[in-house]
Amino acid sequence: MPEANPGMHVSDIAHLARIDLTSEETALFQSQLDQILHYVEQLNELDVGGVEPTAHAIPVYNVLRKDEIGQSLDRDAVIANAPAATGGQIRVPKIIDQ
Amino acid sequence: MADLHKLTIAELSEKLAVGECTSVEIVNDVLAAIDATDGKVGAYLTIDRSSALEQARAADAARAAGKKNPMLGIPVAIKDLLNVKGQSCTCASKILEGYVAPYDATVIAKLRAAGAVLLGRVNMDEFAMGSSTENSALGQTRNPWNLGHVPGGSSGGSAASVASDEAIASLGSDTGGSIRQPAAFCGCVGVKPTYGRVSRYGLTAFASSLDQIGPITKTVKDSAILLEAICGHDKLDSSSIEMDVPAFGKNLTGETSLVGMKLGLPKEYFVEGMDPEVEKAVRDAVAHCKSLGAEIVEVSLPNSKYAIAVYYIIATAEASANLARFDGIRYGLRVDGKDPIELYGKTRAAGFGSEVKRRIILGTYVLSSGYYDAYYLKAQKVRTLIRDDFTAAFKQCDAILAPVTPTAAYKLGEKTDDPLKMYLDDILTTPVNLAGNCALSLPCGFSSGGLPIGLQIIGDAFAEETILKVGHAYEQTTEWHTRKPEIS
Amino acid sequence: MKYEATIGLETHIMQKTNTKMFCACKYEYGAEPNTHVCPVCLGYPGALPVMNEKAIELCCKAGLLLGCEINPYSKWDRKNYFYPDMAKNYQITQADQPLCLGGQVAVEVDGEMKTFTLERIHQEENAAKNTHVAGASLVDYNRAGTALMEIVSNPCMHSAADALAYLTALKQIMEYGGISDCNPEKGQIRSDVNVSVRPVGQEKLGSKVEIKNMNSFAFIQQAIEYEIDRQIEVLESGGKVVQETRGFDSDRGETFSQRTKENAHDYRYFPEPDLMPVKISAEQIGQWRSELPELPVQRRERYVKELGLPEYDAGVLTADMATSDWFERVMVHTRNAKAVSNFIMGEMMRLLSEHGLSIAESKVTPEKLAEIIALIDAKTISTGAGKQVFEIIFNEGGDPKQIVEEKGMAQVSDDSALEGWADEAIASNPKPVEEYKAGNAASINFLMGQVMKASRGKANPGAVMQMLKQKLDG
Ligand SMILES: [Mg+2]
Ligand SMILES: [Zn+2]
Repeated sequence: MPEANPGMHVSDIAHLARIDLTSEETALFQSQLDQILHYVEQLNELDVGGVEPTAHAIPVYNVLRKDEIGQSLDRDAVIANAPAATGGQIRVPKIIDQ
Repeated sequence: MADLHKLTIAELSEKLAVGECTSVEIVNDVLAAIDATDGKVGAYLTIDRSSALEQARAADAARAAGKKNPMLGIPVAIKDLLNVKGQSCTCASKILEGYVAPYDATVIAKLRAAGAVLLGRVNMDEFAMGSSTENSALGQTRNPWNLGHVPGGSSGGSAASVASDEAIASLGSDTGGSIRQPAAFCGCVGVKPTYGRVSRYGLTAFASSLDQIGPITKTVKDSAILLEAICGHDKLDSSSIEMDVPAFGKNLTGETSLVGMKLGLPKEYFVEGMDPEVEKAVRDAVAHCKSLGAEIVEVSLPNSKYAIAVYYIIATAEASANLARFDGIRYGLRVDGKDPIELYGKTRAAGFGSEVKRRIILGTYVLSSGYYDAYYLKAQKVRTLIRDDFTAAFKQCDAILAPVTPTAAYKLGEKTDDPLKMYLDDILTTPVNLAGNCALSLPCGFSSGGLPIGLQIIGDAFAEETILKVGHAYEQTTEWHTRKPEIS
Repeated sequence: MKYEATIGLETHIMQKTNTKMFCACKYEYGAEPNTHVCPVCLGYPGALPVMNEKAIELCCKAGLLLGCEINPYSKWDRKNYFYPDMAKNYQITQADQPLCLGGQVAVEVDGEMKTFTLERIHQEENAAKNTHVAGASLVDYNRAGTALMEIVSNPCMHSAADALAYLTALKQIMEYGGISDCNPEKGQIRSDVNVSVRPVGQEKLGSKVEIKNMNSFAFIQQAIEYEIDRQIEVLESGGKVVQETRGFDSDRGETFSQRTKENAHDYRYFPEPDLMPVKISAEQIGQWRSELPELPVQRRERYVKELGLPEYDAGVLTADMATSDWFERVMVHTRNAKAVSNFIMGEMMRLLSEHGLSIAESKVTPEKLAEIIALIDAKTISTGAGKQVFEIIFNEGGDPKQIVEEKGMAQVSDDSALEGWADEAIASNPKPVEEYKAGNAASINFLMGQVMKASRGKANPGAVMQMLKQKLDG
């Protein structure tokens, strides 16, 4: 695990997470998260060589559904939930490539 | 007022069955109790009175027509992260402002089928991120036992509503202790079911591999009844297990003997910094179980001490993806921008509270390029070790006894400035979520300050019947659960 | 200096399923916007994905058709990025354990057989559709979450022609296999193309440029050609090719810079907790294998070996599955494969292209073509008349026999009728008769022409020839 979390720049990560932070928030989170990451470093004590990772709490496989058409939502309900819409489509500011 | 709101599901169900009361009367009593006390407790976010009464009338009519179910006509408070068709589902966040759920969560559909009355939506930490309900963006909930203290969290509204008799029972969700801890803080019973036991479909996800919905009630018997109503395989949730649902409620017959039962006591669970009053109450409870005939054996869960580190990596990583959908595009709050990137950044800045932002950023970081193996993958491996500890322990015992929290409920505002300190309080509950097994929390005493203390009974995967049985025997032979707070 | 280009393709193919990958919404192209959506494909709070078993089957069958190894254990991952067409702001895909591993496509490029190898095929979900209007973009989620598989080739191609041949073969196999309709206009087949250039002899590959999301094969070809030239030019002038993502401007036939490596996405892949892994048994693979249809290569071989068609005909007929299927349906009613092939490659293809129709829309059904051929084989009509009947039916419909009767197209093979015309031709053309008798065999053709003229084309040419020879040689 990286020693002093050299990669943890809250401002970069916040952009990746698409949250605009104020400079106060950035500074506060930086110190709090550094502290938390420092705490997490205790995992370095453990030798996990040969240990399988657990992604699911229960070992279940092949949960499949038949290819059968089911109920879709009423479009009016979908559009009513949307902050902006035009002609049954959801309207967003012009998409420019990111 | 006939004080029907003070009764349990089991008691009301009997009264309803013999015609001693109607569901409408129960709902009216509960609504009156809310009117009288919720101004102080602040458990509810929304109450749909006319709909609740309409459901109650329907339940009474169904009963008259011959329908029978222990949940028929019983009003239940719903944690605000479960989708109920036609209702708001704010998750106590500003970002879901205006969202109207177009569908029922599976547990809600099951409650409807059982004839339960959906009373209203109760407060929580925003997106279930927190242990005190202080992270709600929509209101403050107080501990009915002492209004200056927190009710616990994240299902704080659920526990407070039940403890103050503003609901007969409630549904909460538990990702790292969010049912058991508020139940303990408020003197209620709460069950975190085995992962896969209860469908997560319609539960707004915090950490998908850890979340489970469960009951918060006044008694163990009530938890058994409500759990039975919401359990069962669901094709809409791939992690839902195909397994028959035991008759949890009926199987609790008042038996108080624990003869033949081996109960494990993990030496690592009486942690440093634990309030001596809590330790004493739990050790007394262990002795009490022994007096009921149980054999007490020492077990070891050595890797549980890493649970907080593992939990805050895995839960935040999953949350960072799960909460990405709250982006101002399809529903909820939108703060406009010149392009989608600006819209996202502004919307999420305005819509999420501090704790949610902090956790999303932590989760984003541990998954980011170059750090995945060091944090996320490592945490998943330690998760395996924590799980293996439980597997080994359950070879030596039928259930494990432990405290729920290191302390009783603390004062409002006491820990809000120190997130790590707040996280560390989850040390005794998060291991169970990581391992995926089940656990129950029930009252086992009171602090000198008059605040409830919880006993945790941890079971193996799908051993809900065992922990309910132990809890029921303990409860039948103690009187903690009969105490009521004086709300002033 | 000489340069060598290296090209790899990531081809997204929409599978032929009734419903989406992880929800029961219908997949339907061209439906009213946002009418096939649900909490799952809209990324509503609390909604959960469940795998479509048909999509898994189709992905694995595609793998079997392409010689992949089916992974006995595969799993799902979340690929995180924010974009309005991605409802959850992560795509469910497969990162390190895809359904299919390896595989290859063997195809002829400029007369040379080449084998292009595959890295993998993984299953994922499609994005929604954005359209751009003045000052805003509109999102239709009908396509969001539909079943999409990604076929990733190794960087094993070296020219636009390679890539085009690879894609054409891939499309053909997917169509034949019933995996996808692969309609480029409907976005059912789209490719990201990776192009790099290096001096011949250099071991290390050059910097890779990715050209994103193209559906037209012609544009893919243009983009590759343009990109190879551009990169060589950069290197020639002493520059360095920047690793980046580029778009293709089809109006100008040029690629343009979109995103450089510094701005590359950090997708933060991690295992999808909402979906369980997939285990596929050897029995299941055996079952799927037994259900695989015949592929174009196999059909082509059969047409040559069993039906005796020339290689060329077999190639044309199997190039497109609809045509090949149509051919097979005619063959149920006739044994004259070459005649069927001639009609399809000749009249049918000419008329279809003139009218802009597909073979399915032709009024000439397989049964009717078989009947026309039967009439020719029985010498009831001439080949020329057969072609006329074909065209009449193509335009107006109708029954071959009835048309032949109504239009009096039947050939005359009756000796007495032929004899009269033959005698008259001999009598009134002494010169060619003379020449024929003197040894000029070709002169008989003139006499033949006269008879055909007199019969207004109805005389059976074989019978006429026989009679003329009998009279002149005898
Ligand atoms: Mg892809
Ligand atoms: Zn859908």
